[in-house]
Amino acid sequence: MSREKRAKGFWPLAIVFGLFVLFLYGPVITIFVLSFQGPEGGLTFPMRGLSTVWYQKLWEGLGVVDIGAALRRSLALGFVVMALTVLLSLSAGLAFRKKLTGANLLFYVTVASLIMPSIIVSLGIGLQFRLIDGGLKWLLGAIGASDMLETYGTSLGLYTSGLGAHLTWTLPFGLLIMFAVFNRFNPAYEEAAIDQGATPWQTFLHVVLPLIGPSVIGIGMFGFTLSWDEIARSSQAIGDLNTLPLELQGLTTTVTTPSIYALGTVTTMVSLVVIAIALTTVAVLRRRRAGKK
Amino acid sequence: MQSKNVLKSGPPAWLQATPFGLVFVFFFIAPLILIAAVSFWPTSDYELVPGFTFQNYISIFDGCSNLAEPCTTLRTYFSTLQFSLITWAVTLVLGFSIAYFLAFHVRSSGAQTLLFILCTIPFWTSNVIRMISWVPLLGRNGLVNQMLLGLGVVNQPVEWLLFSQFSVVLAFVHLYTMFMLVPIFNSMMRIDRSLLEAADDAGATAWQTLWNVIVPLSRTGILIGSIFVITIVMGDFVTVGVMGGQQIASVGKVIQVQTSYLQFPLAAANAVVLLAVVLMIIVALNRLVDLRKEL
Repeated sequence: MSREKRAKGFWPLAIVFGLFVLFLYGPVITIFVLSFQGPEGGLTFPMRGLSTVWYQKLWEGLGVVDIGAALRRSLALGFVVMALTVLLSLSAGLAFRKKLTGANLLFYVTVASLIMPSIIVSLGIGLQFRLIDGGLKWLLGAIGASDMLETYGTSLGLYTSGLGAHLTWTLPFGLLIMFAVFNRFNPAYEEAAIDQGATPWQTFLHVVLPLIGPSVIGIGMFGFTLSWDEIARSSQAIGDLNTLPLELQGLTTTVTTPSIYALGTVTTMVSLVVIAIALTTVAVLRRRRAGKK
Repeated sequence: MQSKNVLKSGPPAWLQATPFGLVFVFFFIAPLILIAAVSFWPTSDYELVPGFTFQNYISIFDGCSNLAEPCTTLRTYFSTLQFSLITWAVTLVLGFSIAYFLAFHVRSSGAQTLLFILCTIPFWTSNVIRMISWVPLLGRNGLVNQMLLGLGVVNQPVEWLLFSQFSVVLAFVHLYTMFMLVPIFNSMMRIDRSLLEAADDAGATAWQTLWNVIVPLSRTGILIGSIFVITIVMGDFVTVGVMGGQQIASVGKVIQVQTSYLQFPLAAANAVVLLAVVLMIIVALNRLVDLRKEL
């Protein structure tokens, strides 16, 4: 096949493509390298020796920010967002195959959420939870629960407003992936299962789920990685405890040592590991299915 | 009629869609309604006091009737629109070229998938890190300046490479070309290859095929990509903040600053205006595409 003559324009476009990939990855690779800067080194080249001293400094904490705690918070939130994104998108995806009243409306709302400027979503959710705070405080005062009123802080938090903000960003991707899957899905397999007396649940578990498995894993990967890096929608809606990317954004203006690169390398590594696990699982599932045929 | 049977089985559709729908009712629709409502509430310090006033909107457009000396709001919108337009143009050309290369020049589907994934992996990593990774390249003592000085092209470091409008646009292109690339690639992969052969047989040059067959048939992808890129840049405050050294204004940044000072009614009014502008752009883009269909 490669012997065939390349079409006109192949090589110029191949060069553009190569430069684009370099443009995509080059900068990130430089901060990987610079994160191993020697103790005397700075934010730019040249490298003054090689060391892991900036990782140690990162581990000890950057200024007042507890990196470890933020990392654990973001990981936990990421997994919750991942699980909910998979479950809710899968369930909604199945619903859209049937006759669903308001299907169009739900679809347009989902797409609107995807392209809505994030600052508007974030402001709205922050506003909403502050109003809920006001309402709850008024209610506690009205029923005379003054003890509870004194200790009441805010309803804004990682797993309330923060989780909601992340879902408005991850769920649209989940639903679009489900659409792509079911557009190409052959219902003959399900029919065969039902004909042979399988219950709807058995049909789903043993026929549908294995067939769409790779895409479900893809949705999970979107859910985790998008949540893990989310800033814009969380910014006004996260409450008192920041996620790791929000801390990182704050640190960009205050930290002037390669520790910030070390932090960048660590967070990127987490994303890359998740992506690698997801893509490998998908590849294995595909191969296994191909082998069965 | 068996396929109907299959699709009817299991729990009812409305029940399956309810959890998904509730998330958007509570975390998307309700907040938007609240923004619209609060934008008419009176401005007050730190507290939300219900009421009805046009004061927030009046203060946003205060002095904007004098076009000779534009008010802050108009200037901010102008600069944000400028960022959108430049980013849109660059990502469109770049995204289209890459998608075209992948869809029509890479022949084996394995290589196609692999190269496509290579382009999308950065999308799943952190935007802020991808922004700060330009610092060692573009900074005062960065690689680019070291190179320019070494080659003797300039006598002193170029200052406008980082924390400037240039670096903001560069970061936008770096981050969001993917939003253009994926939908266009998707559209191109649906194009029937026999159409290209037909064009070729009819004697069309490669350029003619590109312009008269591929571009019109990639219309949907171009439209989706354009909406993505323009809405993201219009509402952005993170990229403009980090890459502009917190010195460049944008509409999103205005809203963010007002929110962090708890000036909710004012921020809400600004959000409503931004939303209106973004909607107008989307409607205009849709028209543009439909218009082409009719021509």
